Order: sequence, then structure tokens, then C-alpha cells
Amino acid sequence: MSKDRVEKFLAGSTATPTRSTVRAPRSPLTLLDVEQASMRFGGQQVLRDLDLAIERGQTLVVIGESGCGKTVLLRLLIGLIRPTVGRVLFDGKDLAQLSERELTKQRMRFGFLFQGAALFDSLSVFDNVALGLREQRRFTETEIRDRVRLRLEEVGLPENAQEKKPAELSGGMKKRVGLARALALDPEVMLYDEPTTGLDPIMSDVINELILQTGRRRPVTSIVVTHDMKTVLKVADRVVMLYPLARLRPDERQVLFDGPPAELSQCPDERVTQFIEGEARERVKNHKH
Amino acid sequence: MATADVERLGWLAWLGDWVYHALLVVGDFLIFSGRTFSWMFRRRPARHTLLHSCHDVGVGSLIVIIITGAFIGMVLAVQAYAEFHSLGLETRMGSLINVSVVRELGPVLAATMLAGRVGSAMAAELATMRISEQIDALSCLGANPIHYLVVPRLMACVLVIPLLTVVADFTGVMGGAMISIHLYDIEAHHYWSHSRAYLGMWDIGVGLVKSLFFGVALALISCHRGFNARPGSQGVGKAATEAFVASFIAILALDFFLAIILNALRDRIWPTPPGSLF
Repeated sequence: MSKDRVEKFLAGSTATPTRSTVRAPRSPLTLLDVEQASMRFGGQQVLRDLDLAIERGQTLVVIGESGCGKTVLLRLLIGLIRPTVGRVLFDGKDLAQLSERELTKQRMRFGFLFQGAALFDSLSVFDNVALGLREQRRFTETEIRDRVRLRLEEVGLPENAQEKKPAELSGGMKKRVGLARALALDPEVMLYDEPTTGLDPIMSDVINELILQTGRRRPVTSIVVTHDMKTVLKVADRVVMLYPLARLRPDERQVLFDGPPAELSQCPDERVTQFIEGEARERVKNHKH
Repeated sequence: MATADVERLGWLAWLGDWVYHALLVVGDFLIFSGRTFSWMFRRRPARHTLLHSCHDVGVGSLIVIIITGAFIGMVLAVQAYAEFHSLGLETRMGSLINVSVVRELGPVLAATMLAGRVGSAMAAELATMRISEQIDALSCLGANPIHYLVVPRLMACVLVIPLLTVVADFTGVMGGAMISIHLYDIEAHHYWSHSRAYLGMWDIGVGLVKSLFFGVALALISCHRGFNARPGSQGVGKAATEAFVASFIAILALDFFLAIILNALRDRIWPTPPGSLF
């Protein structure tokens, strides 16, 4: 084994990030940095050469048709999956290079509201929200009780909901519990995967308000993945639109739009206007043949 | 390898593809098992999670195990009686029934029943958690899914399956005795004295050691299948079926290899005198 390889091996075995895993972000404000990331599952490529820098305190909304890789992007950002090619840097650290322990530590700085809320069926609402706090093993049971009560209050859930099981809750209540659970550890970054999907318009607006309220109450960077244009217009500081690779030419960028929501309607790309207006256009004609 | 390529290259390519994927699954299973054992010794699971798993594996399976064990003993008695009776050795039936139950059938059939009842349920539960993103949610909350979900299930199987095997052994022995003594009118004193003469602590120990290995295999295979389930209801069903089939094969294979190893160990500890039949 050469000296270089020995040094590389020894460097890789340490829990603290080394020079190769830490680099200066693009700008001091950048918290999350996706660098030329591609993602492939078996024979199917979902993301291609994606470049995205997300600044601290920003609320980024990622839109796009089903299958364009929005959820995959969220999973890359929190290190649940690793890019096939490229890097994802969080606070300058390459997530793929971190040890399991260090990655877990970094993940605690995130909160994730899953599409279906992903509540643990066998646990009560209280235990769902308390789980992350208990796993930390640095809070007393009284502190945990207080924090859970606060978070449930924050998302507007009544106290009598605490002992209910997820199966007894409505879709909107599940999302609120999911949000309370994600907020329990005071995250620096909130990831929302389709937060309003499957909810009635009123409940969708409640969730949008909660996203805004979360941003107002704490210095949090938010990344929201959605199809819902009302959510886009209500919560976004910046909008990124992804397009499915299956319908892109090999030389085209996957990001069709990147800018403030006000500019979305003026985008010259027809595919963007088609999406925001929700029109099928030639898709239906194509399907007839 | 793409399906079209496989078709063009024929059976050799198909075989290569199959072996490649089998090696991937086996490799992944070994890594999964290694990580589970590493977490098992690194950090104890929460008491309530462990107790919950023990309850699921143990209390929920007790009735099934009692019934299975009793029928094994009773069937063995019915099958053995004709042969032993024709030789006039029916009072020695207990030795055959009890050694068979305690060394082989009790542990194997109890583990098989548990693979069907507990293993499939574990795989289906974890598969549902996988597809509903609950396992990812655990990772996001700083909990290691293997530590939180697999370790308690593995420990429950290791702790409880040997106990259930003792229950299966006991009911098997009692079932065999009931048929022999009450149906075939074999004299109880002789039945039990011959049973005692042939059944030793070694036989009971062999059965329990086997059940320990069966429990480990069952838990790891079922959890691994659940963790790697494909999306959709079909994925959950497939994970449960694969968990049972793979556990069953593993139980039989382990039984075979453990029988060889433990017999060799016994011969090393207590060498068989030359000319002895047993």
C-alpha cells in the first residue's frame, strides 16, 4: 500500500471531517450546496448534473411534475441517499464522506415533514413527537413533556390529541403531528415533502401558514417540494422548477426555472407556463396515438 | 444487466445475472447482520421496545407452540407404535419419541411455526414502515433504524424462542406419553424409566442451542427482507413470503450443519467405546 493510500485510509477512519470533506461554501450565506449531482436507480436516471446552492434563512420551493426528482433531491439533501455522481455539501461538509455517527449528528440539524407524515403507527402522538428527543438522551422526561406540549401547541393540536394513535387522526392532523415532530429538535433546516398533498383547501392553507409561522419564529432554512401553486406563491422566497429527464434533451439543463416567485409567470419557457397554469396541452393529444 | 441483453446471451448470461444478484443479496444480508450485532453490543435497546417485542414473539405464539408440540408428540407415538409393538418393545417408545422431539422436531417445528407467525409479521411490519417512510423518519430523528427496529426483534427471538422450544418439547413429550400410556395402554412406569435412560441433558442442550441459532436466523432474515421491501402492497406481501421461505430453508440448513457439528463435539467430549451401538 502506498504512503498516499495509507494516509487517505487513516484520514478516512477519523470521525471528524478532513480537508477533503470540508470546503468553503460558494458564498458565506450558502448552507446547502448541491454540486453536479446525478442520481440513478438501476437503469433509471432521475437527476442529472444538478447544481443548486441554498442560502441560510431562505425558503426555497422546488416544483415540477411527478417523477422529476423533487423528493429524491430532498433525500439527497439530508443524506438519506448518496448521489451517484457529484456532491451534496451541508455547511461545507460533503455528506457522503461523513462517518455514520457524524452524519447522524448533522441530520439532527434537519427537520423532515414527509409526504404521508410517516408517523409511527404503534406510538401515540406524544411518543411520536418525543421520539427524537428521547433518542438524544440529554433531556429529562419532564423537559421532553414540556417540549412536546409546546410543539403540539405551536402546530395547533389540542391537548387531548396527545394520546391518540396516528390511525385515529385526519390527514391534516397527521401533517401537523409530523411538523411538530420535525420541529421538536429545533432544526436549522426544514424539509417539506408535498406538505399539502391530499388535504382540503382550508387545511392546505393551515399547513402553508404553519410553514410561514415556522420561518418567522426561528431562523430556519426551508426547502419545500410541492405541486401546489398556492403554496409556491404563499411561502417561497425562491422557486426552482425541475423537469423529468425522460422528456429533456441530453444537452438541456434539468432546472427550467430558478428565481423569485414573482418572475415565474414571466418565464419564457413554455414548459414552465404549462406547469403553473396546469394545462395538459399536447400531452393528451400524444396519448391518443 | 438489461433484460434484452440477457435474452440475447442465453442461459449463461441468465445464470451469471442470477448469481450476481444472489451475491448482492447475500453480501447485503451479511453487512446488515454485522451492523445489527454491532448495535446490539454498542447500545442496549429501550426496555419497553424490547418487552414489546418479547411479548409479540412469546405470548402471541404460546398457544400455537403448545398445539404444535403436542401434535408432534402424538403423531410420533401413533407412527412408532406399530413398529415397536411388532418387536415387543413398546415400553421403549418413550425413548424414541422424547429424543426425537427434544433434539430435532421440537426445535425445528417450533422455529418453523415461528417463522410463519412471527417472521412473516416482522417482515410485513418493517416493509410497511419502509414504504410509508417511517424507517427514513427514524433516521431523520437521529435514531438508527437497525438499533431501534432490528435489535429488539433479534434479542426477543434469541431470548424467547429457546423458551418456546422448551414449551414445545414439554408438550411434545406429554402428547407422546398421553397417546402411548392412555391409548396404547403402555405401562407408565416403564415408559418413563426408558425415556429417562435415553434422554440426557446433552439432548436438551442440543435442542436449545439449535433453537438459539434458529431464532437469530429467523429474526435477521425477516428484518432484512422487511428493510429491503419494494414499494406497494405487492412488495409487502413478497417480503413476508420471502421471509418465511428463506427462514425455513435457513432453519433446515442450520439444523443439518448443527447436527454434524454438535455430534462431532459430543464424540470429542464422550468418545464412543469401540463395539458400542449407541
